[in-house]
Amino acid sequence: MPSIVSVENLRKAYPGGFEALKGVNLEIEEGEILALLGPNGAGKTTLISTVCGITVPTGGSITVGGFDTLTDYRATRDLIGLVPQEINLEPFETVFNTVSFSRGLFGKPRNDDYINRILDQLSLGDKKNSKIMALSGGMKRRVLIAKALSHEPRVLFLDEPTAGVDVELRKDMWDVVAELKAAGVTIILTTHYIEEAEAIADRVGVINGGQILLVQDKSEMMAQMGQKQLQISLSEAVAEVPAALAGYELDRADDGLSLTYTYDTNGERTGITTLLNDLAAAGLTMTDLQTKQSSLEDIFVGLVKETA
Amino acid sequence: MNIYAVQTIYRSEMKRFFRTIMQSLISPVISTSLYFIVFGAAIGSRIQEVEGVSYGAFIVPGLIMLSVMTQATSNASFGIYFPKFTGTIYELLSAPVNFLEIVLGYVGAAATKAMFIGVIILITAFFFVDLNIAHPIAMVAFLVMTCLSFSLLGFIIGIWAGNFEQLQLIPLLVITPLVFLGGSFYSVSMLPGIWQTIAMFNPVVYLISGFRWAFFGAADVDIAVSLAAIALFTGACLAAIWWIFRTGWRIRQ
Repeated sequence: MPSIVSVENLRKAYPGGFEALKGVNLEIEEGEILALLGPNGAGKTTLISTVCGITVPTGGSITVGGFDTLTDYRATRDLIGLVPQEINLEPFETVFNTVSFSRGLFGKPRNDDYINRILDQLSLGDKKNSKIMALSGGMKRRVLIAKALSHEPRVLFLDEPTAGVDVELRKDMWDVVAELKAAGVTIILTTHYIEEAEAIADRVGVINGGQILLVQDKSEMMAQMGQKQLQISLSEAVAEVPAALAGYELDRADDGLSLTYTYDTNGERTGITTLLNDLAAAGLTMTDLQTKQSSLEDIFVGLVKETA
Repeated sequence: MNIYAVQTIYRSEMKRFFRTIMQSLISPVISTSLYFIVFGAAIGSRIQEVEGVSYGAFIVPGLIMLSVMTQATSNASFGIYFPKFTGTIYELLSAPVNFLEIVLGYVGAAATKAMFIGVIILITAFFFVDLNIAHPIAMVAFLVMTCLSFSLLGFIIGIWAGNFEQLQLIPLLVITPLVFLGGSFYSVSMLPGIWQTIAMFNPVVYLISGFRWAFFGAADVDIAVSLAAIALFTGACLAAIWWIFRTGWRIRQ
C-alpha cells in the first residue's frame, strides 16, 4: 500500500535545548490504524504536532499525501484532522457552532447536513444546541473528534483519545475508530494503554526517547517476539529442578509445586514433547498444564527497558 | 486565499460581540453619556469656547477616539488571547490558513466592533451637543484607520500576553494615559510651554488632532502630519505582526 504520511529523519529541539525527536523515520500506509505506543515524554505528541503544523521541525521532512508540510502546508493540513490530547474547547459555544467553525477554518463551505451527520454518528445529535460547558468529559472528547472530522480529512490523528476515559466510553471510542477506518480514513493514535493498541491497531509503533524503536504489524510483532510459557503443576513439591532437566532452564516456583518452561512459538521445535517425556522419566507426576502467551505489554516493557 | 476561514473567524468574533451586547455596546454608550453630562454640560458650561468651538462639541472627537482606541485594543487582544487561554489555538495553527487570513479575521472583527461603538457614540453626541462635521469623508477615513491600527496593536498584545493581567496591562498603563494626555479633552496649545513639546512625542496627539480637524476644520498639528503618523503606526503594527508569524513568537514552537 502507498504511504500517505512519510516522515524522514525528523528532528525537533526545543529552545531550551531539549531534543524531543531525534531523527524519526515513519511511513504510514493509507487506510491503516497505526498505534504509537510510548511512555510519557517519549515524543508522541511532538511528533503529531509537527506533522500537523503546530510545531516547527528543526530538521528532516514530512510529506502528507505527497505534499511537503512546510512548503505545501495548505494541501497537507487540508488532508489532516487532529484530535488533541487536552480537551481544548470554547466553553460558551454550542456543539454545532464549534464544529461548523472548524469546517470553515479549514476552508470548506458551510454544510449543515454533513455536520449533523457527524454529530449523529458520534451520538451528539441531541446535544448539538448544548453549550460545550454543559457537556460531560466524554461528550467533550466526542466534540473534539467531530471538529477534527468536520472538514472531511483523509488522515486522522488521535492524541491519547482515551486518556482518563472510563472503560465503557473507551470501548465506544474504539467502535468510532473502527467505523472511521471502514470509511477509509487513515488513523494514527497515540496511547500508553497497551490494550488499546492491541485491540484496534493494524500496526504498532513503539517510540521512546524521541526515537521510533520499532514499527510492525501487530500480529507479526506478537508472533515474532511473543514467547509462550508452559506452566507445569506437580503432585508433589520438588526441592530443586532434577539434574536430568537442567537443559530446559525451568523456573521452579517458591513452593516447589510448579515448574515454568519458556519457549518460542516460532522455533523449529518447541521442545514440549521431549520435556514432557523427560519429566515422566525423572519420576515427576503432573497434575495440570497451562500455557500463557506474552502480551504486547511484556514486549513493550522489554523494548523500552532495553533502550532506557 | 482561504476566504472561508476569514469569514468563519470574522463571523464567530462578531457573534461573541452580539452575544455580550450589554457590555459591548450599552456600557460605552452609558459611559460616554456620563462624560457629556459631566464635562460637556456641568463643567463645559463654565469653560469658554476652545478654538471657536463650544467645549461640549470640542470633546466629541476626543471622546470617540478614547472609546474607539480602547475598544479596538481590548477587543482584538481578547479575540486572539481567548483561544490561547482555552487552548483552541491548536486548531488555528493546524488549519490551512496563513497569518494574513488570521489577522484579517480577528483584526477585521475587532475593528468593526470598534467602528460600531464609535458610530454609536457619535449618534449619542448629537443628543447632547450641536455638531457639524466639516469633512465627513475624512472623519470616516480617520475613524476606520484608527479602528484598524489599534486593533492591530491589540492583536499583538493578545499574542504577547501570558495571562489576563498582562492583557489589561498595556491598555491600562499605556493607552489610557496616552489618550487622556493626547488632547481628548483639551487642545495641546492650551498646555504650558515645555509640555507642548513633550506632547508632540505622544502619537495619540496626531490621531486626535487629525480626527478633530475632520470635525471642525482646525487642528493642533497639520493634517498631513496626522496622516503620516497614523500610516507609520499602522505600518509598525503590521511589521510586528508579520515578524510574529514568521518566527512563531509566543504561538508556534
